[in-house]
Amino acid sequence: MLDGRQNDRIRWNCRRGLLELDIILGNFLARHLDHLDQEQMELFKELLAYEDNDLLDMVMERAEPVNSQLSAVLEMMRVS
Amino acid sequence: MMGIAKRQFDAVVVGAGGSGLRAALQLSEANLKVAVLSKVFPTRSHTVAAQGGVSASLGNEEPDNWHWHMYDTVKGSDYLGDQDAIEYMCRKAPEVVVELEHYGMPFDRLDNGKIYQRPFGGHTSNYGERAVKRACAAADRTGHAMLHTLYQRNVRAHTQFFVEWMALDLIRNSQGDVLGVIALEMETGEVMMFQAKSTLLATGGAGRIYSASTNAFINTGDGLGMAARAGIPLEDMEFWQFHPTGVAGAGVLITEGVRGEGGFLLNKNGERFMERYAPTVKDLASRDVVSRAMATEIKEGRGAGKDGEFILLKLDHLGADVIDKRLPGIREIAKKFANVDPVKDPIPVVPTCHYQMGGIPTNVQGQVLAANALGKEVIVKGLYAAGECACVSVHGANRLGTNSLLDLLVFGKSAGEQVVKDIAADVASLPDLPSDYADKTMARLARLDSSKDGESVNEVGSEMRRTMQLHCGVFRFPDGLADGVEKMLKVGERVKSTFIKDKSKVFNTARIEAIELDNLVEVAMATMISAHARTESRGAHDRSDHPDRDDVNWMKHTLWFKENNRLEYKPVQLKPMTVESFEPKARVY
Repeated sequence: MLDGRQNDRIRWNCRRGLLELDIILGNFLARHLDHLDQEQMELFKELLAYEDNDLLDMVMERAEPVNSQLSAVLEMMRVS
Repeated sequence: MMGIAKRQFDAVVVGAGGSGLRAALQLSEANLKVAVLSKVFPTRSHTVAAQGGVSASLGNEEPDNWHWHMYDTVKGSDYLGDQDAIEYMCRKAPEVVVELEHYGMPFDRLDNGKIYQRPFGGHTSNYGERAVKRACAAADRTGHAMLHTLYQRNVRAHTQFFVEWMALDLIRNSQGDVLGVIALEMETGEVMMFQAKSTLLATGGAGRIYSASTNAFINTGDGLGMAARAGIPLEDMEFWQFHPTGVAGAGVLITEGVRGEGGFLLNKNGERFMERYAPTVKDLASRDVVSRAMATEIKEGRGAGKDGEFILLKLDHLGADVIDKRLPGIREIAKKFANVDPVKDPIPVVPTCHYQMGGIPTNVQGQVLAANALGKEVIVKGLYAAGECACVSVHGANRLGTNSLLDLLVFGKSAGEQVVKDIAADVASLPDLPSDYADKTMARLARLDSSKDGESVNEVGSEMRRTMQLHCGVFRFPDGLADGVEKMLKVGERVKSTFIKDKSKVFNTARIEAIELDNLVEVAMATMISAHARTESRGAHDRSDHPDRDDVNWMKHTLWFKENNRLEYKPVQLKPMTVESFEPKARVY
C-alpha cells in the first residue's frame, strides 16, 4: 500500500480546471481512495494524467478510453 | 528570523491560466529569465472551462469592426467600463486572435480557410442593430485549445514552470515597490523567496466565495488576497456575474439551451412564475432578469426543496426523444450532479456565481494602480496584473460572453510588453530586500503549524460561502446587506484563528486550504462591503431598495482597502482613446 503522503499528492492532483471533475474526483476519493488495490491505484493515476476535458468525456461516456482496463475505474467514478 | 532560500528572476508570473501564459510568452520571447508559479499543472487551469469562444471583429463572415464591438462592450458593462480600456481591447482583438492562430490554435474554419465565427449574446453589428458573428471558437473547447497552444509555445521559449507551488505574499519595500513573492512548494512544504524586477499576478477569479459557484475549486483569489494584504485596493468587487441555472448544491451549469428548447422554471407550488416577471418572453428573458426572479421566489418562501432553497427546471414534457436529440449530455449531467433523470423529474437549480468583473486595479499596460500617502493614484513599481484577477476595467458592471478570453489575451500581452519595456529601461540590479520582508508570511505559517486548537477551516469557509450566497447574491436587499456586513466581519475575525490537525510539511493539503481561505475571505469582505455601500442597481449589482442606475452619484469605480475596510471611489473613464464617447443610455436589448 502507498503511504499517506502519496495519497495527499493524489488528492491534490484531483484539483482540476473543471468543476465537474472536482466533484466527481472528490466523491471518488472519499469513497475509494483508502480501499484501492495496487492495480486500481495505478489505473487511477493513469486517468489523472489525462487532460480535463478528455477525462470528463470518458467519465460521462462521451468517449471510449484508449486502454480498456481503465473502464473499471471509470465505472467506479460514475457511481461514486 | 531564519533565512529562507532565495531565487532571482527578471520576472515572476503567478498563475498559469490564459493570461499568465500569454504574459509569460511575451517575457520569455524577449529572452528574460521568467518563473511561472502555478498551483496546478498549467493546462488544468480554469481557463480550460471556457467553451464559447473569443471575440474579435475579424469580419470573416459578415462586415464587422472594432467600433461596434466597443459599443457592445460599453453598453454591456452598463457604462461602468472604462472607455479608453475598452477601445484598446476591441482594437487589439483581431491582432491577438490572429497571433494565436499563428501559434497553432486549432480554430474552427470556414471553407475559404479563414477562422469561422458565430454569434454570441450581446454582440451586434452597427451599434445594436442585429446579432453579429464575432466569436472565434475551437469547437466547444476554446479555452482548452488556448491553454495548450500557449503552454507549448512557452515550453519552446524556455519559460521555467514551478508547478504545484503556491504564492503566499507580495514583498514591498518602504517605497511601496514590489520586489517579488514568497511562495510555498507543496511537495516539500518549503518556503522560498522569488525575487524579481517584475511580478505579474494572473491568478484568475475567486468564484468560490459563493456556495453556488460554477468555478473550479482552485479559484480562490490568491492574487487578490496577496494584493489586499499588501495594501493594494480591490476595484468594483461588488460585481459578480451569475448564471440562472446551476445545479443546486453542485454548481455545474445547465445550458440556457434547455429553456430555449421549451424547458421552464417552477416554484414549489408548481407555478410557472416567469409568467409574472416577464409575461412576453417568460423563461427566455435575459440572464439577470431570470436570476432575479428566481432569487425573489426563494426569498419569499416559494423555493422548492426541504429548506425552500432551489427552483425546479422542468423539461419532462419535451419527451425523451427531444431531450436526447436536442439537448445531448443534459440527462447525464442531471443524473450525475442532481441525481434526477430530467425525462421524469425536474432539475433543482439556483442562480450560480460565474465570473468576477472586479479585481486588482490596472491600466491597459497591466500596471497595478494604488493610492500613495496623499491619496493620489500611482503606479505600483514592479507589480502587474492581468486576466480575471485584474480590473482594467473593460467589463464594468457586466461582462459580455467571449470577452473574457479576449481580455486575457490582450492584457496578458500588453502587461508582458510593459514588463519588457520597464526592465529594459531600468537596468539596475535587484533592489535590496527589507530585513523583515518575510516576517508576516512566516508568522502566518507558524501560527498554522503550532496552534493546538482553533476554528475549523471547513466551518469558517462554509459560513463565508453561506453568508455571501444569502446576503450578497444575485438580488440584494438592504437589510440582508447590513446583516451580511456584520456576519462577514465575524468571519474575518474567525479566519485569523483557523486550526489544522495535520502539521506535516509534505503535500499538506489542509495547510493549503487554510491559506486559500485567507485569500477567499479578503475577496468576500471586499465584495460585501462594496455592495453594501453602492446604493444603486447597475449591471450585476441589483438592489431591491435602489432598483435604478444612478449615473449622477454612482458613475464611479469602488476601491476597497483591507485596512479598516476603507472605501474610496474613482471616476469612470468616459473618454475613449481616439473616438467619441458613448453616452450612458438605458440598457435595453
